[in-house]
Amino acid sequence: MTLFLEQLLNGLQFGVMLFLLAAGLTLIFGIMGVINLAHGSIYMVGAYAGTWVAMQTGSFFLGIPAALAAAALVGAAIEFLIVRRLYKRDHLDQVLATFALILIFNQVVTLLFGRQPLFVSIPPLLDGSVQLLPGLPYPVYRLAIIVVGLLIAVGLYLLINKTRIGMLVRAGSTNREMVRALGVDVRVLYTIVFGLGALLAGLAGMMAGPILAVQVGMGEQILITTFVVVVIGGVGSIRGAFVASLLLGVVDTMLRAYLPSMLRHVMVGPEADALGAGIASMGIYLLMALVLLIRPKGLFASNF
Amino acid sequence: MLRRTFLALAASAMAAFPALAQDPVKIGLITTLSGPGGYIGQDIRDAFQLAIDMEGGKLGGVPVDVKVEDDALKPGQGKQIAEKMLSNDGVKLFTGIVFSNVAGATVPDIVDAGAFYISPNAAPSNMAGKECNENYFVVSWQNDSLHESAGQLAQNLGYKTAFVLAPNYQAGKDAITGFKRYFKGEIVGETYTSLDQTDFAAEMAQIRAAKPEVVFQFHPGGLGIAFLRQYEQAGLLSTVPMVLAEPSMDAVTLKAIGDAAVGLNISSHWNADFDNAANKNFMEAWMKAYNRMPTYYASQSYDTALAIASALKATGGNMDDADAFRDAMRKADFESVRGKFKFGVNQHPIQDWYHLKVEKGEDGKPVIKTVGDVFKDHGDAYADQCKM
Amino acid sequence: MDNSIKKQILLAVVAVLLLALPFIASATGYPAMTSLATRALIYGIAAASLNLVLGYGGMVSFGHAAFFGLGGYVVGILYQHYTQDDLFLGLVPGTNQLLVTLPVTLIVCGAAAALIGALSLRTGGVQFIMITLAFAQMLFFLFVSLKTYGGDDGLIIRRTNELFGLKMRDKQTYYYVCLAITAVFFFLLWRLVNSRFGNVLTGLRQNARRMAALGLPAYRYKLVAFIISGMGAGLAGCLMANFLRFASPDMVHWTKSGELMVMVVLGGVGTLFGPLIGAAAYIVLESVLASWTEYWQLGLGFILLFVVLYTNGGIEALFGRLLGRRV
Repeated sequence: MTLFLEQLLNGLQFGVMLFLLAAGLTLIFGIMGVINLAHGSIYMVGAYAGTWVAMQTGSFFLGIPAALAAAALVGAAIEFLIVRRLYKRDHLDQVLATFALILIFNQVVTLLFGRQPLFVSIPPLLDGSVQLLPGLPYPVYRLAIIVVGLLIAVGLYLLINKTRIGMLVRAGSTNREMVRALGVDVRVLYTIVFGLGALLAGLAGMMAGPILAVQVGMGEQILITTFVVVVIGGVGSIRGAFVASLLLGVVDTMLRAYLPSMLRHVMVGPEADALGAGIASMGIYLLMALVLLIRPKGLFASNF
Repeated sequence: MLRRTFLALAASAMAAFPALAQDPVKIGLITTLSGPGGYIGQDIRDAFQLAIDMEGGKLGGVPVDVKVEDDALKPGQGKQIAEKMLSNDGVKLFTGIVFSNVAGATVPDIVDAGAFYISPNAAPSNMAGKECNENYFVVSWQNDSLHESAGQLAQNLGYKTAFVLAPNYQAGKDAITGFKRYFKGEIVGETYTSLDQTDFAAEMAQIRAAKPEVVFQFHPGGLGIAFLRQYEQAGLLSTVPMVLAEPSMDAVTLKAIGDAAVGLNISSHWNADFDNAANKNFMEAWMKAYNRMPTYYASQSYDTALAIASALKATGGNMDDADAFRDAMRKADFESVRGKFKFGVNQHPIQDWYHLKVEKGEDGKPVIKTVGDVFKDHGDAYADQCKM
Repeated sequence: MDNSIKKQILLAVVAVLLLALPFIASATGYPAMTSLATRALIYGIAAASLNLVLGYGGMVSFGHAAFFGLGGYVVGILYQHYTQDDLFLGLVPGTNQLLVTLPVTLIVCGAAAALIGALSLRTGGVQFIMITLAFAQMLFFLFVSLKTYGGDDGLIIRRTNELFGLKMRDKQTYYYVCLAITAVFFFLLWRLVNSRFGNVLTGLRQNARRMAALGLPAYRYKLVAFIISGMGAGLAGCLMANFLRFASPDMVHWTKSGELMVMVVLGGVGTLFGPLIGAAAYIVLESVLASWTEYWQLGLGFILLFVVLYTNGGIEALFGRLLGRRV
């Protein structure tokens, strides 16, 4: 039972990380109608900038503002220089341009930081683990990620439902043309949304730093999963992204943890393990296909 | 006076003439330089170049011209580069490939075209057995040996139960097979991770629940860094010891893990602290040139360059006589940084394997120390299937 | 001069150049050019197939690597059973004859496209992009976990499939085989896009509602286009596996779908020969840049970015403007 609880927490933590990325992506998708493959690169930029500063200064917490600033700046620059020209183009041009950005970012990061992965350790404050229940120790750092993620979810909820910016965002994701017709300066709104999305991606990258290896290509690994979250949740819906992130995080973790041992009841060990691992990797895509077949616009579709 | 000068000039011109006439031997170095595995290809390229620089642009007294290209970890790309170098540039000697899948696609083309491939790293099992080739040499090891030695090490250390993990691909499955070939205790858990997986929290929980005496895992490059850090963060490193093969604990990984790695047991065929002249020479030149700790990939690539140098020296750099070059290669007449070295019948190494341990160094930073032996003159399990 | 005559002259010149290419290659001392051209032709078929749904039909499929890879694996799996002399799933014997593997590829990929298309076409827009990706990824992980067929390491095909006793191993011979298949393929494609079917497909992209009002079953038309497109990509995969003598999950990876899309956009969306030009440009760029510098991806990135932002319709459109043709 404690094992199950621990896996549930793991799933939750993975889900929260996905949410940080998916929130920005779904807004960019929903409001501007842009497919941004470079979102994973911004995650990587945040991780590199934050980790590098943390390594130079020896303080993890100094790394956080660096990661946020770098990611937001890069995000705003991408919007201003490139994506802005693509709003009126079709999805294909957007895919191609942001695919080109992935290549460029990977090489620039290689040139700046070299090919060896960077690393930063967990700050002493968050190191070690706590006994949540008897027999269930859990790393403090992962708990912190869950808390931060949930706080940001609440913050985003308030931002979108209680502020003027949020109102424009909501209006924008429902009817883009109408917002423009009402005389709102959509250009500024777009840059803000893009920057905000990039900021969250950068934060995710920084938080991932002490757990994963900070390396070139780390963005692409998580990018596709994030897209799956966005589509399952419904494009443009923060609420959908939140639910889908947690769902996907838990499903993925549970499949990996329990599927091989379940298969082992019906077939021989090694083959069950290999097949189980294969099916577990397929799991999230299977889930997405199922959701889309039942609800073609995702779980929480806005009118977009 | 003038006449004498003229004669001297003519004589020196005559002496210089053969060297001028000799075209440099072209060597194609196809390796992985982009993506998460890029640091491995970088060490392989740098070590190979180091050996050439130490001889002033030559190998075995023969000038060489190295062409480096990035395969981006794509088998098709590797093949295309090899083909281009073979037909456009007339390259007859290749090396450099990091990953087994790229080697599997590229090497058959190279040897079928009558050229040589000298592997500084990957050595999949089929090419050590049934599909061995007289133009294919491996200077590093056969893939399984890495993990066989880890299995023997776990056995030597007296562990009775083990939990094993590896990514769900051929090299990962081979790793677990190799480990189990020499570990006689009970396997209480066997888990395959995904190749693009970076979060191993679910696996950590499974390990804790299974309570093994030892954990063996094979996760090369960035995966291994993530795995070990999360293993430590889950509080497992202090309770369940780990036995590793060298791909999961190279110099880069150690730097990433830091103090937490102290106490880890590793099986390897080379270590930076080896006390032989060739290795000291290599370490000194490497640190001077690059100022970072070399990974074992670098040592293998350096040995590859030395092996090629020995054969070029014996043949005077004549790559047209393939038989002569092959015979010279087989002798393995070079001073390896790992000490003893010779080729088996399938032209894969027969060498010693060692027990390494991570300890605190004099400056407080963790270092990998050599503490004992695992195997003596260890070949591979596939040599018998090789008919050459 | 009349535009259509200009076009015909251009086509004839290109055809002669393509026929003479292996001789030019060996005469100029770059024999590897033949292989490069073979790859460009094969990718050209795949990209043109994708373009049928993407450019003409307006269905942005991000999963065409599924069919490309499936085609490759058909060749690989049949060859493995041929050498081991046993039966696939205990039923089907293996083979090394291109005249068998090619039709089998078309049937398998057509069936797969029918299944994936039937489900995916229930969605549209961004959801269509993602669901096609999802199916391709499922296939990717399936091949990765199939240990019998090499898993992640891929499947080595020691000898190219046989065809009429030709020396298929010879690079020039294989080039001409691919050139012939490419010519037939593009002829059929040309007939298709200029047929009633092609017109309906284009109409569906431009105005689905009007087509529905005309009483045309949009779903069925789109599905048939998707199936044909999947078969074309499978054909390319079959040729590629024979060319590389290797099939691997790499052929099914999502980045391969992305590359095919890049080729289409690079060359020109919704044009007959655009994808072929795009494929050739991409292959040549990749190869040339990689031999110049190990940071070749940087150069490629900037070139792609330039094409998207400034050419307005890809290389085909650039050519068109140079020829004074209105596009």
